[in-house]
Amino acid sequence: MKLTLWTYEGPPHVGAMRVATGMKGLHYVLHAPQGDTYADLLFTMIERRNHRPPVTFTTFQARDLGADTANLFKDSARDAYARFQPQAMIVGASCTAELIQDDPGGLAEALGLPIPVIPLELPSYQRKENFGADETFFQIVKALAKPMPRTEAITCNILGATALGFRHRDDVAEVTKLLGLMGIAVNVAAPMGATPADIARMGQAHFNVLLYPETGETAARHLERACGQPYTKVVPIGVGATRDFLHEVSGITGLSPKVDESGLRLPWWSASVDSTYLTGKRVYIFGDATHVMAAARIAATEIGFEVCGMGCFNREFARPLRAAAKAYGVDPLITDDYLEVEAEIARLQPELILGTQMERHIGKRLGIPCAVISSPVHVQDFPARYSPQMGFEGANVIFDTWIHPLVMGLEEHLLTMFREDFEFHDEAGASHHGAKATARVEAEELGVSHPQTPVGYLRTDEDTDETREIPVVTPAGEVLWLPDAERELKKIPFFVRGKAKRNTEKYAADRGVTKISVDTLYEAKAHYAR
Amino acid sequence: MSLDLPSTGCRSTPVLKERGQREVFCGLTGIIWLHRKMQDAFFLVVGSRTCAHLLQAAAGVMIFAEPRFGTAILEEKDLAGLADANAELDREVARLLARRPDIKQLFLVGSCPSEVIKLDLARAAERLSSVHAPHVRVYNYSGSGIETTFTQGEDACLAAMVPTLPASTARELLIVGAMPDVVEDQCLALLAALGIGPVRMLPARRAGDLPAVGANTVFALVQPFLGDTHAALTRRGARHLPAPFPFGEEGTTAWLRAIADEFGVSRDLFEQVTAAPRARAQKAIATQSQELQGKSVFFFPDSQLEIPLARFLTRECGMTAIEVGTPYLHEGLVGPDLDLLPKGPVISEGQDVDKQLDRQRAARPDLTVCGLGLANPLEAEGFSTKWAIELVFTPVHFYEQAGDLAGLFSRPLRRRALLRKEAAE
Repeated sequence: MKLTLWTYEGPPHVGAMRVATGMKGLHYVLHAPQGDTYADLLFTMIERRNHRPPVTFTTFQARDLGADTANLFKDSARDAYARFQPQAMIVGASCTAELIQDDPGGLAEALGLPIPVIPLELPSYQRKENFGADETFFQIVKALAKPMPRTEAITCNILGATALGFRHRDDVAEVTKLLGLMGIAVNVAAPMGATPADIARMGQAHFNVLLYPETGETAARHLERACGQPYTKVVPIGVGATRDFLHEVSGITGLSPKVDESGLRLPWWSASVDSTYLTGKRVYIFGDATHVMAAARIAATEIGFEVCGMGCFNREFARPLRAAAKAYGVDPLITDDYLEVEAEIARLQPELILGTQMERHIGKRLGIPCAVISSPVHVQDFPARYSPQMGFEGANVIFDTWIHPLVMGLEEHLLTMFREDFEFHDEAGASHHGAKATARVEAEELGVSHPQTPVGYLRTDEDTDETREIPVVTPAGEVLWLPDAERELKKIPFFVRGKAKRNTEKYAADRGVTKISVDTLYEAKAHYAR
Repeated sequence: MSLDLPSTGCRSTPVLKERGQREVFCGLTGIIWLHRKMQDAFFLVVGSRTCAHLLQAAAGVMIFAEPRFGTAILEEKDLAGLADANAELDREVARLLARRPDIKQLFLVGSCPSEVIKLDLARAAERLSSVHAPHVRVYNYSGSGIETTFTQGEDACLAAMVPTLPASTARELLIVGAMPDVVEDQCLALLAALGIGPVRMLPARRAGDLPAVGANTVFALVQPFLGDTHAALTRRGARHLPAPFPFGEEGTTAWLRAIADEFGVSRDLFEQVTAAPRARAQKAIATQSQELQGKSVFFFPDSQLEIPLARFLTRECGMTAIEVGTPYLHEGLVGPDLDLLPKGPVISEGQDVDKQLDRQRAARPDLTVCGLGLANPLEAEGFSTKWAIELVFTPVHFYEQAGDLAGLFSRPLRRRALLRKEAAE
């Protein structure tokens, strides 16, 4: 048993729903109690889909348990076929139905439907959403895709995009465009946008482009074995990765990797003088491993941030993430417990968080700006505009998205100079943000927290009243801020205050100083000056 | 239908009973508002990752705040041995309470998987109550989808509290059902002005304010989905005051009237207290319901508020009901509303969602009230929809909210009209 407040991933059948909802002409019959239909709203509300997911839930109730849930499943599958006339069907159980062991695969087979019926075994009590999507896509490909003659021209399949994926719609479009520049056509993009009939002709492509290892790698490996199609390992997020990707494709196809880069702006945007203020800003990165590793590379080598910490919630990809973290000299955090992530961010006091919907809220609570780089995401992360993460346009989008939450370069200086101005004070937040973005006063800042306790459990105060006295005693018995130093600390602009406080306390603790004076503050500043 | 029955609105209308796929939330969803209402309570769902994901999805559409709820996610090893599962549960609860010393009430909430594996949460609650008494009281109820639909979760929660309430012989009025604090305050102010008291609330904002109950208690429900709580209070000797539910001017007046009559409030005083807010409510409804006059409405089953709301929309906003679907029809509770609902609509109980969608498309209602999973697909087909969950999350009871309630239904129609205009230019 594991206590969870918020989860990064849903159960595996939600992963199967992401595959089914992304595809056309496929229907999913899911043995599940009423209530599990909540998952529909993920697609219809959060992603604003204008169709119901192609999923029939059997919605059994307690009274059915004593009677015949197996027949309920058979009736549901028969009715779903009659009503929706899909080209193929996937069948499976949610967590509760897994316990009653009705064997949806066997029951569906017994119906003798005139279409392929693909049974799914998704262990709900061991695995999670990404596994569910990956396994479902693999089973569909295994059942339907067969070796066949290659197309005359060089073509590829694009693998891994699903419904509810972070920018999948636009990534597929951008990568299709990019491959087009090399002279490569897309045979099938799947699961998103494909029909079962499309899956059946995947074998005619020359190779596969794997965009999302989390949801497409097992299918890519299978196609390599069964259809002799090599697949790409580089995920083209960022300028360097996009160029590496083009070279990888060149190696597979023999085509030139030189393509028109005139639309690429990130390198100049990073090099122009305004971006000086970005240099060395400390960023914390958390999300799915693929997006986190890509973001770390962009942050460190394409914008000039300092990666102060990184981690992922999907254990399946812990190994490559650990290796990447080592390259940046940071300890990786592999966890699906958001309280641990929150505690780590509170400890590190980064100047920017690159994360998921969870980190956005952590950032809001800690008063740290955040840009979203990975699922899980919310309704505002499904934009109306074209907004890919991949390819050269993706790099442009990433620059804008990451920079937006920060205070602008010149404004940072002005705030430091004129922070006492009554209209232009530092609590007003970045001036290009409409709403007043004030940091919440954290329990830790108030000096009532113990370092080992996850901050989420101790938050007792939402007060941001400027006039309130800040307690100067830290009861943990470590260091004590003298009133003058406390006042001086408050003069430091909000976007670096957390870091200054942390650095000063560490500086004091390292030297056995128990009382922090104004001098200690400035000694620490000089010590940590870069 | 028997012909010699008097014509009493829809009470004698035969009910279309459906048993098929249900597009509804399970009872766990109630935790989203209950944990905010009871400020010293924590709700611990004993369930699967699906349960945690449901709460997150249902809450995440609305808000994302530090929750006083969580899920103890069952893992493979918990399914293998129940003794271990109990030990694990005790450990997780101890950790939780150690970290949250402000918690005075802990609800162990059963889920589909915990019910299917027959994890005995009642015994666990007893065991944990004795361990953590007197500081924390541990209750249990089931919010599982195999037993409860959406708002039934609140019913199960309140019903679980009733047997533990202290006994009392005092003549008291008990108001039952979770309301937003602002609405609760308005309700109490109206009752105080009528000279009715003492008034107690269930649920109470804090454990220390929980009511006592006994043979001299009379109770009024503010939510129509509290059937089990009604039965539990009746078993404790309390007496229910049946009335239409306090939605709209008419519903609020009828609801207050039933209580006022019980407490012998004079007609004059009742008029004096209610005249001004009634007039305000009528005025506000008139403004907000302009777009609703003469329009038709179709309810998919969701919150069990459907029948009282259909009564409000037809009698106070000039709408025609085509179908009023509800997950469960508890005639003892919504009978007075059915009496007032003009004959005509299909009254349906339960759901077979695809068949109901066929009926809805054939009827082409001007407004469709449905869950979040159906709203955007129906909008894309050209229907105006009102997502039902907002009716549970928005202050809609009593006089001062009557206009807002009408506005919740008229806004989708107003929006459609505005967007059309723009598109035509």
